[in-house]
Amino acid sequence: MRYSALKLLTQALTGNKGWKPVWRDPEPKPAYDVIIVGGGGHGLATAYYLAKQFGITNVAVLEKGYIGGGNVGRNTTIIRSNYMLPGNQPFYELSLKLWEGLEQDFNFNAMVSQRGILNLSHSDAQHDGYARRGNSMHFSGADAVLLDQDSLREKCPYLDFDNARFPIKGGLWQPRGGTVRHDAVAWGYARGADSRGVDIIQNCEVTGFKIEDGRCTGVETSRGSIKANKIAVCVAGSSSQVMGMAGMRLPIESHALQAFVTEGLKPILPGVITFGAGHFYVSQSDKGGLVFGGDIEGYNSYAQRGNLPAVEDVCEGGMALMPMIGRARILRSWGGLMDMSMDGSPFIDKTHIDGLYFNGGWCYGGFKATPASGWCYAHLLANDAPHELATKFQLNRFKTGSMIDEKGMGAQPNLH
Amino acid sequence: MTQKNRIDGGLIDRNEPISFTFDGRQFEGYSGDTLASALLANGEKLVARSFKYHRPRGIFTAGSEEPNALVHLRRGAYLEPNTRATVAELYGGLEATSQNFRGSLKHDLMAVTDVFSPLLSAGFYYKTFMWPKAFWEKIYEPIIRSSAGLGRLSGEEDPDIYDKGYLHCDVLIIGAGPSGLSAALAAGRSGARVILCDEDFRFGGRLNAETFEVSGMSGTDWAMETIAELAAMDNVRLMPRTTIYGAYDHGTYGALERISDHLPTSGNKPRQVLWRIYSKRAVLCAGSTERPIAFGNNDRPGIMLAGAVRTYVNRWGAAPGKRVAIFTNNDDGWRTAHDLAAKGVEITAIIDSRECAPLSAPAGAAIIMGGQVVDTKGRHGITSITLANGQQIETDCLAVSGGWNPNVHLTCHQRGRPVWRENIAAFVPGGDIPTGMMVAGAASGELTLASALKQGHKTANSVVKDLGFKPSRKAVSKAEDEPVEVSAFWHVKASKSRAWLDLQNDVTVKDIKLAYQEGYRSVEHLKRYTTLGMATDQGKTSNIPALAIMAECTGKTIPETGTTIFRPPYTPIPISALAGRSRGKNFRPMRLTPSDKWAKEQGAVFIETGMWMRAQWFPREGESHWRESVNREVKQTRNSVGICDVTTLGKIDIQGRDAAEFLNRVYANPFLKLPIGKVRYGLMLREDGIVMDDGTTARLGENHYLMTTTTANAVSVFRHLEFCAQCLWPDLDVKMISATEQFAQFAVAGPNSRKLLQKIVDTKFDISNKAFPFMACGEITVCGGLPARLFRISFSGELAYEIAVPARYGDAMIRALMEAGEEYEVVAYGTEALGVMRIEKGHAAGNELNGQTTARDLGMERMVSKKKDCIGNVLSERPGLNREDGLSLVGFQPVDRKLELKAGAHFVAKGNPANTENDEGWMSSVAFSPIHGHSIGLGFIKRGHERLGEIVQAADPLRSRNIEVEIVSPHFIDPEGERLRV
Amino acid sequence: MIINHPLLGPRDASEFTYLGDANLMNRPDWLSENASEQFYEYLYLRENPAGEHCELWYHEQGDRSWLVITRNTLTNEISKVELARELERSA
Repeated sequence: MRYSALKLLTQALTGNKGWKPVWRDPEPKPAYDVIIVGGGGHGLATAYYLAKQFGITNVAVLEKGYIGGGNVGRNTTIIRSNYMLPGNQPFYELSLKLWEGLEQDFNFNAMVSQRGILNLSHSDAQHDGYARRGNSMHFSGADAVLLDQDSLREKCPYLDFDNARFPIKGGLWQPRGGTVRHDAVAWGYARGADSRGVDIIQNCEVTGFKIEDGRCTGVETSRGSIKANKIAVCVAGSSSQVMGMAGMRLPIESHALQAFVTEGLKPILPGVITFGAGHFYVSQSDKGGLVFGGDIEGYNSYAQRGNLPAVEDVCEGGMALMPMIGRARILRSWGGLMDMSMDGSPFIDKTHIDGLYFNGGWCYGGFKATPASGWCYAHLLANDAPHELATKFQLNRFKTGSMIDEKGMGAQPNLH
Repeated sequence: MTQKNRIDGGLIDRNEPISFTFDGRQFEGYSGDTLASALLANGEKLVARSFKYHRPRGIFTAGSEEPNALVHLRRGAYLEPNTRATVAELYGGLEATSQNFRGSLKHDLMAVTDVFSPLLSAGFYYKTFMWPKAFWEKIYEPIIRSSAGLGRLSGEEDPDIYDKGYLHCDVLIIGAGPSGLSAALAAGRSGARVILCDEDFRFGGRLNAETFEVSGMSGTDWAMETIAELAAMDNVRLMPRTTIYGAYDHGTYGALERISDHLPTSGNKPRQVLWRIYSKRAVLCAGSTERPIAFGNNDRPGIMLAGAVRTYVNRWGAAPGKRVAIFTNNDDGWRTAHDLAAKGVEITAIIDSRECAPLSAPAGAAIIMGGQVVDTKGRHGITSITLANGQQIETDCLAVSGGWNPNVHLTCHQRGRPVWRENIAAFVPGGDIPTGMMVAGAASGELTLASALKQGHKTANSVVKDLGFKPSRKAVSKAEDEPVEVSAFWHVKASKSRAWLDLQNDVTVKDIKLAYQEGYRSVEHLKRYTTLGMATDQGKTSNIPALAIMAECTGKTIPETGTTIFRPPYTPIPISALAGRSRGKNFRPMRLTPSDKWAKEQGAVFIETGMWMRAQWFPREGESHWRESVNREVKQTRNSVGICDVTTLGKIDIQGRDAAEFLNRVYANPFLKLPIGKVRYGLMLREDGIVMDDGTTARLGENHYLMTTTTANAVSVFRHLEFCAQCLWPDLDVKMISATEQFAQFAVAGPNSRKLLQKIVDTKFDISNKAFPFMACGEITVCGGLPARLFRISFSGELAYEIAVPARYGDAMIRALMEAGEEYEVVAYGTEALGVMRIEKGHAAGNELNGQTTARDLGMERMVSKKKDCIGNVLSERPGLNREDGLSLVGFQPVDRKLELKAGAHFVAKGNPANTENDEGWMSSVAFSPIHGHSIGLGFIKRGHERLGEIVQAADPLRSRNIEVEIVSPHFIDPEGERLRV
Repeated sequence: MIINHPLLGPRDASEFTYLGDANLMNRPDWLSENASEQFYEYLYLRENPAGEHCELWYHEQGDRSWLVITRNTLTNEISKVELARELERSA
């Protein structure tokens, strides 16, 4: 069923009785060409591109709970490609380009809204770092504008310029950055994959891998065993747990990150703004809530919730940056699990077990990567070779010393 | 204006009338009123508009669960959007305005959306607005955004102040209704330290809203007597107006106390205080929240929860209507009829969905058992209801009760799941509630007053006993068990008109069915697709009925269908309160250097360096640009002598028999053979082989060393050293302490630095070049006996020293140094000149030691000893860190010397286009060198050390620049280091 | 969270800095034959259980003790707190 304004109108006139389920609810088949473990944003995007770009449709997405229930459903909805290192930048730029055509592509309005993202600098060194980063962006064809204090005052008069502990020196603005209605991304990909024949199977937990002679031939699930030629794991947050079932240890720790939304407010913030002297990033949703987040809790966690110090820290950052939001009230906070990798960058790679593939380690930057991650993972699954823009996301890069460490924090996952 | 709906009784003070305005109109209420009760007393029904369809909305509840009656409170910078009228205490001059409309509240132009509601079904926006592509951001989204939100922010800085505090107790009791008061009495009498909190400004909970008796007196009187007894106990802290908003780990609770929200102005008090309460045990006595029944047009002003109607009548003497009808599925609803009749309010009808014998009812009321309300009429307020049999009954207020939901929210904050209890058709706390929490009273599913009192008492007694206190033997207060039979009934199927569930977000029964039809069947999908329960009330009254309807669709039971997770906060909390005093200049602590006072006297310009404030440069009269000042400081230092406060560098005092061995393991270069009285440069790696920090370490005695770190890494290096000492090598005899704040340290640099120092160093210490050569150190005295430490080290590249004195002499020291230097025309220099000189000398600093570079990148690979075990040694040998085309740190100068270099430019070989493929490195630091008279830079470029003399592009598309630069040695001055040794 | 410091009693976790897996105490021998492999595993392949986790915390705002804490990563329940320097070494 194709969505359109006309369809809405005809449905409205007939009592909205004709809308069909956005995806089927199939029973798992005994075998597939490809099984994707994890029905989050990345898993669903992978299934969609496998079907659409590579014509591989005998695919199942196995989801333990409900689709889109992981980080695609609990992030702060930001998209951007303002990365610095050559291993990252072009990949995220591909992602941003895919976002730009996504809705027409999968016929679902995910409200991709490129209202811009602003990263603020508060010292000369930080400003220099942004200059380096902005040039990396230009080098790969992305957009970036370096702003000085005067132009920022004009652009964002509500920021604290005159009484700040760490005065704003400038900023790096990416006009094409913005936000996306996060749940819709999962649903749109699911609908697009489903309509091309992919089985999306919810409430189906993978409980083990069938590995014979160094080859993975299928999975055990809560709904029976299922065979496949290729098994693609895509369960960020729980990667260590799931890959542990295949006997693998990963350069990943699981950490919790909280996010927050205020009560609905009339529009006051144009785009995404990121504080550079504390942990705070914010945007305003189309419903009016200020959506914001800060730093991870800082300790290994599978608890999907956080504690008070992180809540207070992020609000202090918010008040230091834009004290006009003080009387807005936080309505809801939630927690998500992050695959924090040892250099802050992700993995899209084969494993040493034939037929078993891994995608994870997205830290808290996975949402913006969703389209490119799906695109490149599908490429890897279809061709058994990495996509040219994802060659650096290898599992063995720590062994060889080829880290992609944007922040320069080293093997300290909670600092990335 | 008269309070036309004010009736007798209530806990308001009629001797204290209060005037207030709503939408500019003047009204009067009484002390003890909320804005909602005062508006009802004045007969105001229409108070707000809903979010999506802009439907007229009235007051629906009498508490913090209110979905409808949201207003702007106050004005100007004090404006508070989305304030629930039901919890806003009335104060003199209160100013409230309605929100979310265009035109006026009564004639809202946006109400046109309601006409198009068939088009705007749940999730409609996911299906359209996609063509043409550019229209989303240019046309559709701006329209959607302009109608988003409810209230508005003032756009001004929050003028109020907020405090934070920490409290400790044995037992935290959350909620001061009957179970909470009963629990507090029992716990308080045992001697345990008790905190009793309630979000309301008056303790008593439902006791204040009902007409119950406890121990032979009215519930309200019993509550007051109990509060008096508790107030007299030293071990009990009573906290009204305090919401426990979150249950965190290990018995920690977040609480928000509203100190001056009920006053016209906060005066000098904080507006609110955010408490972190550390409790050994907590007893949740949060009561329950009534839920509605969904039927056609059930959203009109005047349709209210039955319990709320009773509350307004009993507690506030305000009648929500003159002719009230009741629609219920439970016994509790009938009490509304009695309470209202007792106050002289006419009851037109009682419609009970149950097919059973009626309970006793006031005379004159039509009793309809097995009845259902299918529709209502009345544009800005209800005028009549229509029953399933077609009968119309005129009414101006419909009290609805669908049963009560225990307030289980805090039991779920650590992801506990509530469980379904059939006899009350509601979720009750499950087994996985936060450690240390017990639940009593209605919150636990015990909905009668007598059991609430009993359970509160019993729970508290068992908790205090567990904590080692002796429970009091006093008996629990007694009350009758009232009837609370309920028969689940969620929505009127016969209704043809839209039946509302989420009143604020305009989610209807049809929307739930549509979500089901489209496959959004998991509770989370339902919520996210329809926006159910996402409004400011977080679905406190709507979630369960919606869940029940989804269960009907799927044919599953409600618990099989699921529950949504309740997350903090329980009710919305202002961002200001969570930030407290940490805002503006107080966002983070500020550290001042020992010469801060002196530098201020000199008119220095300051810069934030981490937490420190350092002098950036010292402008002099006649200097119009900062670069003039910096050039002067550099030149004068290089020509004569300059002084800089370098106290901010980390100083770590390291002692012990194995101190040398320890240093040898934490530094990449050897440290075993450093003689006493000498300083050595040290390069510190992380275990992954990347450079962590650099600095110098001085050997002051046989087993005594002093390490310096960069300012930025002072804390992390110290932490790392403690890790090495305690976790890796606990057998080494080594102890350390940070001495950063203990010593004021000044760099004295320049050809005249020795001469200057000789004037203040006590003469018995020979600091001649021979006696005190480059890299010497020693403990000396200055100015006639003041103990000091002198290090002959140089960051500037000149003959230079650093002198350290106890921090309290820092101010005297800078003055003494400057005075002694007068004859050499000494200058003070700031961080800018420091930066220029280190770039001229080719020293790496923060921009180079950025956590991404190796010793090899910095040209220091030979410093990494391969003959010993040290942190980072093994992993620094990985091939990826030793590539042939690896980066190396070199110097750069513009081919056209007039051009300025910019940090952040990327290097591209001549003739290559500037793109990722051709990216060869970047410029990390630049400065204008007053010595050379042109711009110079340091940067990383592939194979840089082999390419000296090559011209490359410094591409800077970000700033639309691309200039040619020459690769040169990073040592722009004195490459052989002769100046250091004179 | 509250950490029951063996010397100082209960302290708010915000006084501490977190490092991670307590196996970071077991630094390999730099002279062993496959030192490179061992150091890679030591530094990068850390324990990441959903359940009990032995981990290092540093009392940065306090007495600067490094503590080995056994904490459940699902519930945050802390079952053991020890001083790192007094721990029995595995090697």
